Amino acid sequence: MRYNERELLSLARQPAEKAAEILMRVPKKGTPFFFAVLKKRLVKLVVNFLFYFRTDEAEPIGALLLEHCRITKEEENVFSISFIEEPERKYCFECDSEEQCQEWIEALKRASYEFMRRSLIFYRNEIQKMTGKDPLEQYGISEEARFQLGARRQ
Amino acid sequence: MKLNERSLAFYATCDSPADNAGFLYKRGERHTAYHRRWFVLKGNMLFYFEERESREPVGVIVLEGCTVELCDSAEEFTFAIRFGGTKSRTYVLAAESQAAMESWVKSLSRASFDYMRLVVRELEKQLEEMRYGMAGGCAGGCRGSPSSWKPKPSELERSLERPLALPTVLPKENGCAVWNNASGVTRPPEASGCDEDAGDGTLRPPPPPPRRRASSTEVGSAVLESPSSFCRLHEWYGREVAQLRRDWLERQRGPRP
Repeated sequence: MRYNERELLSLARQPAEKAAEILMRVPKKGTPFFFAVLKKRLVKLVVNFLFYFRTDEAEPIGALLLEHCRITKEEENVFSISFIEEPERKYCFECDSEEQCQEWIEALKRASYEFMRRSLIFYRNEIQKMTGKDPLEQYGISEEARFQLGARRQ
Repeated sequence: MKLNERSLAFYATCDSPADNAGFLYKRGERHTAYHRRWFVLKGNMLFYFEERESREPVGVIVLEGCTVELCDSAEEFTFAIRFGGTKSRTYVLAAESQAAMESWVKSLSRASFDYMRLVVRELEKQLEEMRYGMAGGCAGGCRGSPSSWKPKPSELERSLERPLALPTVLPKENGCAVWNNASGVTRPPEASGCDEDAGDGTLRPPPPPPRRRASSTEVGSAVLESPSSFCRLHEWYGREVAQLRRDWLERQRGPRP
């Protein structure tokens, strides 16, 4: 799939929501899960992308778009990211502490655009129930497709 | 750079809501011929397919950091997605009608992650204010130099007022926009600027705006006439900022001989 790599690289240089040096294991095709080695990476969360770098390099090795993903607590200090269409294929991260692990899990769960959209629809609904008014109307954006209540279309 | 392409393809084709979808003509990079493609906008990702029924997108344009402009072109209904940076490519697209073009320009110019986050935070704030009302928070005023003050409420209004073709916003006279950074990427200041000191100045500062941290439910005291009137709040803060600015300029001029 073609994509605008230059802009994605530029995004990787933006200030991070969260960044840390973490041990990471990338699932490799054909390699059993437990054979893949944990490597120290600089992991950086920017909007709904998780970039990972070799610790001394300016350009990321890779990027994960965090939509429709599942963040799972694995064993102590470890969490994983997997994607809906391939739940067995896990990106594993081993943190320095349980606290760091929980912080990352919380941050990543909220990091997707779709999560924000669901939050917005929820708040909009709640405010409408309490006031009888659509809170988006005063800004003239109540008809925007991205704010519609649960509409599923393609 | 590796990218989780399979997940991207899934995101593009699954039944989660699309923010816009339709045929657009995309101008080629090397050859300037236009190719008709089926476009699907989801969040900050613009996917394009060879055909509407294609199972996988041909490509995707990550929209973060782009501006959307109308084009002065021989072709009708053209618009461009432009990125900053010296070697960045500009994507020229053409719609099939005036209405389609306007619809696409509108939805693309608001596709950024930060825009969605802004709206979510605004509603979150409104809901908090309604639920917890005018709970007494900081009694004292907030003092700090004008340049450290970032009145967040004005960002939503400004981003909505922004004319589509212009990337910059002219500073307004109320002084608020002067200290706001153009992009919403920077986070709100971590340190709480709120002192318990009641202040000795002749000017009584308004209560601090509520801190907008994800995990915190703390709400600063906000004296509101009615819950969802951030326009009024915005105006009120604006007046204090304007006064502070006048004072500061006065001090800059120094004592006259």
